[in-house]
Amino acid sequence: MSLTDNRESETSQHDQGAQSLAVTVNDLTVAYRSKPVLWDIDLNVPSGVLMAILGPNGAGKTTLLKAMLGLIPPAAGHVKILDRSYHEVHKRVGYVPQRGSVDWDFPTTVLDVVTMGAYGRIGWFKRPSKTDRGDALAALGRVGMDAFANRQISQLSGGQQQRVFLARALLQNADIYFMDEPFQGVDATTERAIIAILHEIKDAGKTVIVVHHDLQTVEEYFDWALLLNVRAIASGPVNDVFTADLLRQTYGGKISFIEDMQRYRLGEDEAAVRSSAHDLPPWEEWGNEG
Amino acid sequence: MNPLEWLTDYTLRTVILGSAILGATSGALGAFAVLRRQALLGDAVAHATLPGIVLAFVLTGSKAPLILLIGAALTGWFATLLILLILRQTRIREDAALGISLSVFFGLGIMLLSWVQKLPVANKAGLDRFLFGQAAALMEADVIMMSVFAVLILVSVVLFWKEFKLLSFNPEYGSTLGLPMRRLDIVLTGLIVVSIVLGLQMVGVVLMSAMLLAPAAAARQWTDRLAVMVLLSAGFGAVAGTTGTMLSATIERLPTGPSIIVVVSVIVVVSLLFAPARGLFWEWRRRFAQRRRFASETALVNLYQLAVQHETVQHPHDIKAIEVMMGERATAALKKLRQQGWVDSSDDQLWTLTESGEQRARKLILRKMH
Repeated sequence: MSLTDNRESETSQHDQGAQSLAVTVNDLTVAYRSKPVLWDIDLNVPSGVLMAILGPNGAGKTTLLKAMLGLIPPAAGHVKILDRSYHEVHKRVGYVPQRGSVDWDFPTTVLDVVTMGAYGRIGWFKRPSKTDRGDALAALGRVGMDAFANRQISQLSGGQQQRVFLARALLQNADIYFMDEPFQGVDATTERAIIAILHEIKDAGKTVIVVHHDLQTVEEYFDWALLLNVRAIASGPVNDVFTADLLRQTYGGKISFIEDMQRYRLGEDEAAVRSSAHDLPPWEEWGNEG
Repeated sequence: MNPLEWLTDYTLRTVILGSAILGATSGALGAFAVLRRQALLGDAVAHATLPGIVLAFVLTGSKAPLILLIGAALTGWFATLLILLILRQTRIREDAALGISLSVFFGLGIMLLSWVQKLPVANKAGLDRFLFGQAAALMEADVIMMSVFAVLILVSVVLFWKEFKLLSFNPEYGSTLGLPMRRLDIVLTGLIVVSIVLGLQMVGVVLMSAMLLAPAAAARQWTDRLAVMVLLSAGFGAVAGTTGTMLSATIERLPTGPSIIVVVSVIVVVSLLFAPARGLFWEWRRRFAQRRRFASETALVNLYQLAVQHETVQHPHDIKAIEVMMGERATAALKKLRQQGWVDSSDDQLWTLTESGEQRARKLILRKMH
């Protein structure tokens, strides 16, 4: 059920009637000084999917994520999380912001940052309890960072910083996770750790929405996708949405990934390697389009 | 006045206690201002309090500190709102907005001040001590009033500790947790404004921002924990406040503000240079040692490369030949190598590799290749 335009999205919303929706976005427009950053976005994210938000630079991916989290007020339209407004369900939502959005020279430790994930439920005037710190340590363990608990955060590598942010979100024990470019500039260990966690979350029946940059890994990591370029170009199962045609619409034709795919099709070395990793190489079906 | 009198003189004791309290308060709040990169905002607010002080005097005819400081807080707060409005409504950038409001309000304050000097009213003298501060004018009642405010500020910091930490580190994340970050921002900024206003009597509008920022900048050098940083910053503020006040009491006609700032600057310079992990001095020493090591490794490899062109590796080479390869630093580097037994020379002119030096050079070359 590819939601390629609004009319279709209405029917497919109907189709999904039985399935619960994690996030619904209706006619969302966000503008910065009268220039639209997001324009008339409609989106339904079913519960339990691992969704990638894809689009070129300046497409509004981060803005959409922040608008869904209630961090940016929309000019028009509205967002529902689990059928309610964000502030009613914030305890069921976890957030992993972009790594570069904070000052990593801040005087604090790794464990302290992760414990912030519990601040929403601790309550006013109270300190984090022993249980909170224990839970934080366990969350650090899940991302393979428990040995770093007492490190000053400025001593971390980029990948370690990312895992700390992930652990902090895990401590929230949410039903829906929003992640902003968690794979941006991380090492291979971190990438594997994040993938493992994403799958754990999904296997627990939870929903994950990820702003993602690397088109190469979309089909491997995600089962749902949104193609975004100020407008929502398409959303739905990766197999339906991740097509050369829709990608061209999203990225405006100047996309080396598609050309790469076509080179692979012509039988370059890596094509063999890549296709051995997949049962069916995704670019095979584009063959007809030249 | 000698040190014994400081302890026995009742007025001075009051003044010193007041300075310690004000220094500690602005130091503690300054830690948050520095971490939130609000340094320039502090400066703009401090300068914007001057017109408020003068206007409060003109309107009420009173010079009671509480009234003047309320006036100060009002224009300080007004300036903050104006800056936020400029940022939201125009394309003027933050540094420009802060600079504009700082100079406009301060200019207005100076203008009002010189206008008041010409007014035919009594007791107008002494307003200008708000420019550079005069802690000696503090009365017991002032100190009590300020202590009340200081305690309120510090209690708020303790109560909202984890929220203020989150606000300073990652406010957007705090919002997603359902915490009212915007209101917390107003509270913390408000506390910073109040601590600025409290410090005015002592340091004056011109130098107040230094009292807010310098102890915090120094404290950051010594620790990687927020709690320790806030406590240290408060401590530095208190030490600077009391020491500066005592200096200004000892030296005639020296206003308190500048002497406090001199003291706090010394603390900052020492911290920047000698703090264990972040001190520049240690950094320089590390870099110097590294450069020396690099020079001696280069000399050894150079000598080896000259030597292998001869039948025996022990073939001596003139210092000039090595200087061609690495310049003047060759001699010092070779002398260092001789201490380690890797090269030898009897006259500092002709140098030879020793056997262990040859092995060492090979090892270095191999390491470079990998």
